[in-house]
Amino acid sequence: MATELMTSKSYISHHLTNLTFGNLPEGMTRYDGSIVGEGGVWTFAHSSATVNEAAAMGFMAINVDTMFWSIGLGVLFLWLFHKVAVNATAGVPGKLQNFVESIVEFVEENVNSIFHHKNALIAPLALTIFVWVFLMNLMDLVPVDWIPYIAQQMGIPYMKVVPSTDINATMGMALAVFALIIYYSIKMKGIGGFMAELSLQPLGKWLLPFNLFLEIVGLIAKPVSLALRLFGNMYAGEMVFILIALLPFWAQWILSVPWAIFHILIITLQAFIFMVLTIVYLAMAHEEH
Amino acid sequence: MNINLTIIGQIIAFFFFVVFCMKYVWPPITAALEERKQKIAEGLDAADRAERDLRAAQEKAEADLQEGKEQSAAIIEQANKRASQIIDEAKEAATAEAFRIKVAADADIEQEINRAKEDLRSQVAVLAIAGAEKILEAEVDKAAHAKLVDKLAAEL
Repeated sequence: MATELMTSKSYISHHLTNLTFGNLPEGMTRYDGSIVGEGGVWTFAHSSATVNEAAAMGFMAINVDTMFWSIGLGVLFLWLFHKVAVNATAGVPGKLQNFVESIVEFVEENVNSIFHHKNALIAPLALTIFVWVFLMNLMDLVPVDWIPYIAQQMGIPYMKVVPSTDINATMGMALAVFALIIYYSIKMKGIGGFMAELSLQPLGKWLLPFNLFLEIVGLIAKPVSLALRLFGNMYAGEMVFILIALLPFWAQWILSVPWAIFHILIITLQAFIFMVLTIVYLAMAHEEH
Repeated sequence: MNINLTIIGQIIAFFFFVVFCMKYVWPPITAALEERKQKIAEGLDAADRAERDLRAAQEKAEADLQEGKEQSAAIIEQANKRASQIIDEAKEAATAEAFRIKVAADADIEQEINRAKEDLRSQVAVLAIAGAEKILEAEVDKAAHAKLVDKLAAEL
């Protein structure tokens, strides 16, 4: 929708802005020049070149589009898989069951090859991550203007349909995985064991502060890299689609088709990497040193 | 691109999705997979067993057939033996019968001959007297010469 009214810059930034709902502080100048009254106001953030309302809302705000699409896709995934699970037969499987089973077996195979402890959580966790992240990434292949345009017609100012291009979504999952890493580290090795692991290697007890620094950086790097890898890949991919959408309509397919085909690989790969790294991190958390 | 409550929302949503997946999605599907694996293993086992059974049955059938052949050959042999035995017996019986008939016939013939001889003897006496009568052209005393003629006839 690169209309004459929209400059390229505003088009791009519009497509990269989440629909944020939150409280604007009192006395703030809004995007249309009005001043926020006493006690602030609960509203959707609008942004212009000079005002970033979403940032002004601070932490106590929520990206409605990210939540909507990610939960919607998660529910879709669980609904579909649950439907299959309820009707699962040991006899000849139907097409849908076959499809679901191949995914489940693929995940199970990966889990079994990496994770050698007994834990009923890991495999379902890996499956959830793989399919959910894949579905969120898949939204990237929906032409960039379709859903935002429809939303705009319905009076919704912003609509970012790919949840994994929102750092909150990827960081949320990564932090959940991080919590599991800490939980299983302490559960398997005890607090003392976990602390020893953090402080007594790789260089022995005489270099304890150095070890501690190294290991803590390594530990924190896990969720950060997990979140930023997925976010960065998806954000960049989305950005390329948006840039392609700025071309004249008759020229777009020349770039968007190859990029979309290539992107099919990326979205699958990113979902797979997120899953595998989660399994690897949790396997490491289970291992005694 | 602001960090905000969404991150908490995502964690909560993620938590519920994982729990749901762990409780209601993963176990039934893997159970079905496991059950199918078992079924297939059983099926393969059954196929193996059936093949073994088939081979055993074939062997048994072959053995039975062989035995039957042997039995029938023995029966045929026995029958042949019995047949030749019967023939021999019949031959013997026939030979004996023939011998008996021949003996009876011989006896009959002997008897016939004796009777004929007897007849001849009696007729010879008559003929001799008649001849002698003719030769002598005279009456001969039958009573006087009968003793003589009988003596002659006895010598024949």
